[in-house]
Order: sequence, then structure tokens, then C-alpha cells
Amino acid sequence: MSEHVRDDELLQISDLRIGFGAKPGEASPIVHGLSLSIGRGRILGLVGESGSGKSLTCRAVMRLLPDGGHVLSGSVIFDGRDILAMSKSEVLAFRSSEIGMVFQDPFSSLNPTRRIGSQMIEAIRNALNLSKEDAERRAVSLLEEVELPNPAAKLRMYPHELSGGMRQRVMLAIAMAARPSLLIADEPTTALDTTTQAQILELLRRIRDVDGTSILLVSHDFGVIAEMCDDVAVMYGGFIVESGPVEEVYLRPKHPYTKALIASVPTLAVPERGYRRPTIPGPPLGTTPYASGCPFAPRCALARPECEDVSMTLLPVASAHTSACPFGGE
Amino acid sequence: MLNYLFRRLLLGLAQLLGLVIVVFLILQAVPGDPVRIMLGERVPAEYVETVRERLGLNEPMLTQLWTYLTRIVTGDLGESVTFGQSIQTLVASRMEPSAYLITYGLLLAVIFGGVLGVFAAVRSGTVADFTLRILATALLAMPAFWVGLVLALIFGIAWGLFPVSGYQPGLVGAFRTLTLPAIAIALSLVAVVLRTLRSSMKRVLDSEYIEAARARGYSENRVLARHALRNAVTPTISIVAVVVGFLIGGTAVIEQVFSIPGLGSLLVQAVERRDYPVVQAIALLAGTVVIVAGLVADLLQAALDPRVRNAIRNG
Repeated sequence: MSEHVRDDELLQISDLRIGFGAKPGEASPIVHGLSLSIGRGRILGLVGESGSGKSLTCRAVMRLLPDGGHVLSGSVIFDGRDILAMSKSEVLAFRSSEIGMVFQDPFSSLNPTRRIGSQMIEAIRNALNLSKEDAERRAVSLLEEVELPNPAAKLRMYPHELSGGMRQRVMLAIAMAARPSLLIADEPTTALDTTTQAQILELLRRIRDVDGTSILLVSHDFGVIAEMCDDVAVMYGGFIVESGPVEEVYLRPKHPYTKALIASVPTLAVPERGYRRPTIPGPPLGTTPYASGCPFAPRCALARPECEDVSMTLLPVASAHTSACPFGGE
Repeated sequence: MLNYLFRRLLLGLAQLLGLVIVVFLILQAVPGDPVRIMLGERVPAEYVETVRERLGLNEPMLTQLWTYLTRIVTGDLGESVTFGQSIQTLVASRMEPSAYLITYGLLLAVIFGGVLGVFAAVRSGTVADFTLRILATALLAMPAFWVGLVLALIFGIAWGLFPVSGYQPGLVGAFRTLTLPAIAIALSLVAVVLRTLRSSMKRVLDSEYIEAARARGYSENRVLARHALRNAVTPTISIVAVVVGFLIGGTAVIEQVFSIPGLGSLLVQAVERRDYPVVQAIALLAGTVVIVAGLVADLLQAALDPRVRNAIRNG
């Protein structure tokens, strides 16, 4: 692996293995030796289908793995410190002020029984040592930043009184309360309609441009990734199968999975008569434990016997562009 | 909220009116001549007529209902046939031990059930959680009078910590005499509260806004107290309100076991003597407590959860 530490990286995940089980010793691995890094002020897209390990990777960075999830090995270096080695109180401080997270479903990620203002002020005061009045002022200005009209009135409302897009803006405002240097957005637009989706993505980009916040954007939609990101890492079956600058990967994909994923992105062009959008054949990722070789081989149109022995090491394709397929996807 | 409060109070009043009518009908539903049944066969006919007139039972039914309603509104519950005193004095003298007993039992149940329910939800899937659930099921299966007897045997007779029968007024006396019966009542309620709270708490803890709260760097205690418990507590409030209703009648057995001169034992005596006006009064009182408990529960839930207020407003 060509892993060289660069100072301008904010987050560096190396050889991260995550498994599920009652104890770490008995855990069956789900994420197998994942490495990726996010530069300061850059947007990295993590793309792949459900069950590929995207969300688990995000949760591991937050130290928020669900019950039974264990980090089996590897390191997650954030700004020079290993997140996985932090004490409980260090983790709380890290979560409250250095990293922010927005979730997939804005309908369920705000507490339904408390007013927007009370939830925002709680988050602000937990991260920054502010008086209640100052925190409220800050909440108003945060809501202005996420372009929510009439912010003072919004503070008195309950989540169910806001639309999905408004709630996702509130989530973003809360995530940005302490000006974290990394924002994790786990499928932030999946639950929203297309117009709102575009607005939220625009807002994410503005946050990066204005605050210099690095963003880890998780999506299953290569279209969103191509539009938003500087770099992309494609995940399949707990491995990164291809990574690199987004235009490079999008225009010259090397891994058969990436190619199939890009081919399945809908376009606005009117399709010819009888045209059927290509889909990826075969069953999606199941729960069978990974044995060896390329996990995509069973569904790959170009699979050959050697695929069973592929080591899933990322091999250089061009500068910064790597792919785990040793056959160049041919 | 004010709009909701007003509507809910109105509903409560309607329920009270319904209760009074139902309780009034108890006497009408007694088969045969209620006065005869109350007084027995050997009483002379003139006396039966006197009692009938004194009770107003010779009037038409609607007139009787109206008299009954107006009397109740002015707080007049009437005269006991067999205890030889007004029902107000009778009930008032028996109210204190029952009120203390129910409050004491409920407090124990809510405190212990609440703490253990949260604990079991947080430790869900562990040995501690499993043990608590088994224990809760076992407690639910034990009849309160049997638990009462066992408690009396162990703590009262064998160890001599508490008296096993009677009631002493005043806080200290009530504490001494009511602790064992309150525990006997509370044990099965602890199980009810524990199980309800555990399951709703578990559901809330799995929700995304709890994960989002953790992602903001809140301490686990803050997540539990400020985000999870408040949202998980509504089903438990409903259950407790229903339980209060059951307790009014349910204490009768425990009061008998521990010879506590409360409303429960008064009810038993009144039924034995066929003293229907007293039975009516206690039914009225118990029904009122149930209605008020339901009202308090609904208002609490509406105060805790804006979606409840909304559902009422829209539907």
C-alpha cells in the first residue's frame, strides 16, 4: 500500500477493520482493512450500496459503533490524534466541538418532543461555554447561515412543524454549532425530494467554501458524488475498490463495480426506444461472511478464475487514482 | 395547550356525570325491592315504608336521579342504613389509611420500577436485564394477598420490624403500619412499571435522534435524562393511571390481610351488610379517582409531548 502521511490531511484512516459479534474476539469482520484520507477543506465522497460498510466507517470515526460493533484493528488519525485511542471524556469533547454529523433521515434525527431552540441551545452550550442568551443569539445566526427564513420564530417550533428540508438545515446548523473541522454527512439528501436535495448539497458546498470544513459525504448515488466531491472512494463488500480524484474516477473508472455504478446513474437525455438502463446483475451484498478474493467477482461480468485470489490491495492507476482490480476492469 | 386543557377538562366533567348516573343505577338494578333486601325479611312493613320514604325511593326514577345529582353536587352522600352515621363521616374516617396506602404503594412502584426499568433498558441483553425481567414476571404472577402474608411472616413476625396488623394515624404511625402492605401492593406494580418503561425506553434508545444526540458529544447521563426518558415515559404514565383505578378496589384484599380500617375494608363490610348507599358512595369515589387519574395522565402526556396536543387538536 502506498500510504504516505501528508500534513495537509485532516483525517487519515489506516487499515481499519470493523466486525460484529458479542466480543471483539468472536466478531465477524464487515469492513476489511479500509484506508482513506480527507484533506483539509476537501470533500470526500464515500459511495457504495447498502451494506458495503460506508455507514459503519462513519460511525467508527465518531466512535459511535452500534452495539456489537467492534474496531478490530487499524487507526483513525484526526489532526494528529488517534480517535480510537481517546478516553471517554476526550471522545465527548471531540464529538461536541471538532466533528459534526448529519444523518439520513431528518424526520427522525431531531428529538420530536423538544423545541428546535432548546435542542440547538443545548448543543451550542455543550460545545462552547456560552450563556443562555448568547447561545440563543448564536442559534439564530446559525439558522441564518443555513438560510432558514425567520430563524427566531423557528426556534420556538417543534420538529414536526418543519418540512424535511428545513429539518435537515436545522441538523446542519447544529452540526456546525462549534465550527468543527470535519463534517460527516451520511446520505444527507436521500430522504428529501430532488429540489430540496439540490439546495442542501449547495449548502454543504457553501459550508466548505466559507468555513474550510472538510466533508465526508456518504451516498449511494454516484451522480451526487460526482457533482459535489473533490475525491471519491468506492466501497463494495467492506473494501474500498477504487479511489481517486472525482473527475478521474468518474471519467476513467477502472474497477468493474465503479463502471457499473456510473453506468446506472440516470441522465436527463431522452433514452432511445427499447433502451434499458444497465443494472448490476446478481443479488446485492448478503450476510455471508467474506472468505477471500474479490467480493464483487460473483456479480462481475468480467470475472475470471484468478479473481478468487485477488488481494484487494489498491493498485495505482494514475496519480492518486487507485483500483483494487488487477485486471484494470478489462 | 390551553385549548387542549379546556377540552380535556370538559371531557372529564362528562365522564363524571356518566359515572354518577351509572352509580345511581346500581340501586335501581338491585333485583326485587332494594329496601326489603337491605333490611331483611323480618322487619315490619311500616318500617320498610319509612326507610323507603327516607331514601326517597318512592319517587319516580328521574326525580330520584335529579335529587341524587343535586345532593352529590352539594357534597351530601346520604345516610348509611346499617352504620348509623352519615356516609361523609363514615368515608372520611376510612379515607386516610387508604389514601396513604395507595400513595405509598404507588410511590414505591414508580420509583423502583422507574429506576430498574431504565437500568434494564440501558443494560438490555445483559445478565442483569435478563434477571430483572425474570424477576418481574415472577412478581406479576404472585397474588398481592399472598405476598402480604409472606411479608408479614418474615418482616413482621420473624424479624419484628413492622406491626402486622392495624393502623396508626399520623406520618410515623402510617409509615410503621403501612410499609408492609404498601410493599405488597407495590411489588406487582414495580413489575408493570419496569416492563413498560423498559420496552419504551429501549425503543427510544434505538431511535436516530438518540444517536444524533450522542454524536453531539452529550454525556450518556444527559442523553438518558434529557432525550430518552422524557420521550419514553408516556406509555408508563398511561399504565400507572389505569393501575390507580385497579388499586382502589385492589387494596380491599390487602386491607383485610393487614386489618387496616380503610375504604377497601369498608367496601367489603358494606357489601356484606347490603348497605347499598355506602357501596354507591365508594363506587362514586373510586370512579372519581379513576377519572381524575386519567385526566392527570393525559395532561402530563400533553405537557411532555407536543405531538399528543397536536393529535387532539387535529383529530
